[in-house]
Amino acid sequence: MREMFTQGAYLAASVTFILGLRGLSSPATARRGMFFAEVGMLLAVVGTLIQHEIVRYEWIAIGMVIGSIIGALMAILMPMTAVPQRTAISHMFGALAATLVGVSEFYRHGNGAEIPHVQMAALGFEVMFGSLTITGSFMAFGKLQGFIRSAPMTYRFQNQSNITLFFVTLGLFAFLIFQPASPAVFYAMTALGLVIGVLIVMPIGGADMPVVMSLLNSYAGLAASATGFVIGNNVLIIAGALDGASGFLLSILMSRAMNRSFTNVLFGAFGSAPQAELALKAATDKAVRSISGEDAAIQLGYARSVVVIPGYGMAVAQAQHQVRELADEIEKRGGEVKFAVHPVAGRMPGHMNVLLAEANVPYDKLKDMEEINGEFERTDVALVIGANDVVNPAARHDRSSPIYGMPILNADQAKSVIVLKRSMNPGFAGIENELFYSPKTFMLFGDAKKSLSALINEVRQLE
Amino acid sequence: MHGITVIELYVFVLAAFVGYQVIARVPPLLHTPLMSATNAISAISLVGSLVAAGADYGTVSTVLGTLAVTAATINVVGGFMITDRMLRMFKREQKGRR
Repeated sequence: MREMFTQGAYLAASVTFILGLRGLSSPATARRGMFFAEVGMLLAVVGTLIQHEIVRYEWIAIGMVIGSIIGALMAILMPMTAVPQRTAISHMFGALAATLVGVSEFYRHGNGAEIPHVQMAALGFEVMFGSLTITGSFMAFGKLQGFIRSAPMTYRFQNQSNITLFFVTLGLFAFLIFQPASPAVFYAMTALGLVIGVLIVMPIGGADMPVVMSLLNSYAGLAASATGFVIGNNVLIIAGALDGASGFLLSILMSRAMNRSFTNVLFGAFGSAPQAELALKAATDKAVRSISGEDAAIQLGYARSVVVIPGYGMAVAQAQHQVRELADEIEKRGGEVKFAVHPVAGRMPGHMNVLLAEANVPYDKLKDMEEINGEFERTDVALVIGANDVVNPAARHDRSSPIYGMPILNADQAKSVIVLKRSMNPGFAGIENELFYSPKTFMLFGDAKKSLSALINEVRQLE
Repeated sequence: MHGITVIELYVFVLAAFVGYQVIARVPPLLHTPLMSATNAISAISLVGSLVAAGADYGTVSTVLGTLAVTAATINVVGGFMITDRMLRMFKREQKGRR
């Protein structure tokens, strides 16, 4: 009877998870969908707690109380600009749970002696992917939070040594499948997994984060799914597969949006130093036109259509609320304002949308690249705020450019372009942006938040 | 230890397939909530941790299990809460506002 309830709860949970994700196909249905998923999760937990195997509840209670407090505090107190960090650290927690269960299963079955070969394959996979996701996600967290240098860290023979290490780990994994009763090999594999996690994220720069986040998301899901195989639990297999599929799909979308392959992101170490120097040298030869806040306000105030292009710079300056206010002022004067969001703008997929939604920008104004790109020709002013590479026309025609082929927002087709930028330093890739030198581009230098506040005042004073 | 059946592979492959189809319909607008939602959902590995922590398999299992329960609960509670917090912010344009 109990077993039937448990299995029923697991089945119901699996269905609600899929319904929950289905709800995310529109903002209108998303919250209801997630509510279903929450109910499903509760059912699955209750269904597990009543199982005969569970005889002691005190440690479970302690773990759940501590976890709930930490989780809730993080969810309530964290500013929206920190969503990428939180997501990275949650990939770490997910992988940590999977890995710990894996190690515990290995240990309690006679340190591998009682584990059949097929199960060892699942267990090994779980622990290998789990451990590299733990440290990989922690590195990503550190880079996003800023306590680990976010610039790519490279050294000679980096790729070769990483690949060698990866194959050594795979070798240990294969060995374990044939000889499960080898604790030394098992723990060595786990340790190497942890090392590899650090090494693969080290050479990755800030702007490649969306791809890495998606990949780690996928790995965390696969590790959870493997846990399901190890302990024979279907709901875990399903939920892990959903997470794995989602991360995989997002990785593909993000890589495509940067016109790069997975391998290129992981082994490319994109923004290496020599390029940056080259770009800086070239940049000094040409002149840009800067504009005063007053003149920029006149352009914006009398524009009929404005497209705002936000980038990571907007998040850093926490300027999303000012952006909304400026948009409101322009709309009061009869102009139309839309927001063009590039798939890899920010540090994780969809980052800009969340920030703008936080600032009460209605979501019908947030446009994908495909939706908005045809409209730039009819746009009076494209307002670029802290974005750089995603509007660089070199991606279209300059074969020698590292970002050649990357789909971009066609800001250069607007009648006029205003770029809010801190300084003339090149973007993450160290590539100079020819849009900034275009005759119809005006640069408004300074902190995005301050520039925007000034612009809001100037627009208000216009007749 | 239980035996891995072919059925489990079916479950995995079909779930991944359904997941791919469903998630392909999520607009880029909601990719951030999607990531935190799938993260919360995959924290269902909590059920595995619960067994490790509560089944009296020995001290090592209890300690590792309790840590795993803590980590997974952080994701369940935090993941669903932050997803809801984000989704609450997505509003349609209200006609005649301000």
